[in-house]
Amino acid sequence: MTANTWILMLASLLAFFVGGADAAPSGGTHVSISEFTFRPAVVSIAAGDTVTWVNDDAEEHTVTATDRSYTSPGLEAAETFSHRFTAPGTYRYFCALHPHMTATVVVQ
Amino acid sequence: MLNELARVDRRRFMQCMAWAGTGLVWAVRGGVPSSTVLGEASAAAGFTFAQISDTHVGFTGKANPDAAGTLDDSIAGINALTPRPAFVLHTGDLTHGQKAGTFDRLAESLKSVRTERIFYVPGEHDVFLDGGKEYLARHGRGTLGGGWQSFDYGGVHFVGLVNVLTYKAGVGGALGVDQLEWLRQDLAPRGASTPIVVFTHVPLWAVYPAWGWTTADGEEAIAMLRRFGSVTVLNGHIHQVLQKIEGHIAFHSARSTAFPQPAPGAAPSPGPMTVEAGELRRLLGVREIVYTESSARLAAVEHPLA
Repeated sequence: MTANTWILMLASLLAFFVGGADAAPSGGTHVSISEFTFRPAVVSIAAGDTVTWVNDDAEEHTVTATDRSYTSPGLEAAETFSHRFTAPGTYRYFCALHPHMTATVVVQ
Repeated sequence: MLNELARVDRRRFMQCMAWAGTGLVWAVRGGVPSSTVLGEASAAAGFTFAQISDTHVGFTGKANPDAAGTLDDSIAGINALTPRPAFVLHTGDLTHGQKAGTFDRLAESLKSVRTERIFYVPGEHDVFLDGGKEYLARHGRGTLGGGWQSFDYGGVHFVGLVNVLTYKAGVGGALGVDQLEWLRQDLAPRGASTPIVVFTHVPLWAVYPAWGWTTADGEEAIAMLRRFGSVTVLNGHIHQVLQKIEGHIAFHSARSTAFPQPAPGAAPSPGPMTVEAGELRRLLGVREIVYTESSARLAAVEHPLA
């Protein structure tokens, strides 16, 4: 093989690995907060995964565990919050400003 | 003899009875009939106080581009009351989202309120970030636990309750066992004729549970209040005037000074409600409460900005 071919092979191998890391299968789970509702209301993820919430409402909201084990700060419009769930289980959360807003993360 | 009797009119009859020590005056005080012997000096006629609520300092939403201005106008409304209110109750959501500097800005604005004292209870916006630490550092003096308190004025017993520290997911406000036990002990020595005024943030009664407009254990507090002849419960949180009478208990929720909210179920969700420009000031304002000794029910007089 010529040097050029080697370089090309190496380059494409590198590209594959780098590209592969970006194209990880989960890509993170997203929950939208809009119209005073967490959408979707139930998300299922694998242990070790991260959920990211984005506030698509004009009004401020929080993402607060019902057992108070974690909470976001007050999220203004367009702000995001992420939390990594390490242990399997069913985790209820709500908005500390509007407690009728509830939802669940199921970790398998 | 008959002629003599005919000349005895009511005034003379009462004078005779007073002299004899048998004249009694029956009056209804605090909703409960009671008697005093004729000739005893009559007690004070009553007093007024004011309620301001949901000032949400820091709010900058579409529903009110000038919340600072409507706050100033609300304070002017309190200062225009005659007679001057004995004190002011703030029923919570002093700040919007506990933003930096907002407690200070409110304190600065309220310096111009012409009254002896302002009593506070927190709203969820004042405590959700730090469990009430900053709120209590500023307004916790003279309170217990999470900021509850009671005091007496002019023969009326005032109780400030905190129902935003242990917000119940899926429900709404909550008082908690410690506060309920304190309330039980606080009310126990009071006679049924003592007028009671309770002030708190979230409605104690189930205004609209689907939006969290209720207190999970509010019914336990209401049960303790039922034996009293005159109970007035004042709250904020829902940014509109709603009233309910249940026996001797009158519940009044108050307007905000910052923005209105929709009527229960009239919108997909609660929150700041944008209205026509001319309508906004009608939906914001303060309240004057009038207590007169001879009346069981305290009168709530609404003072909208327009």
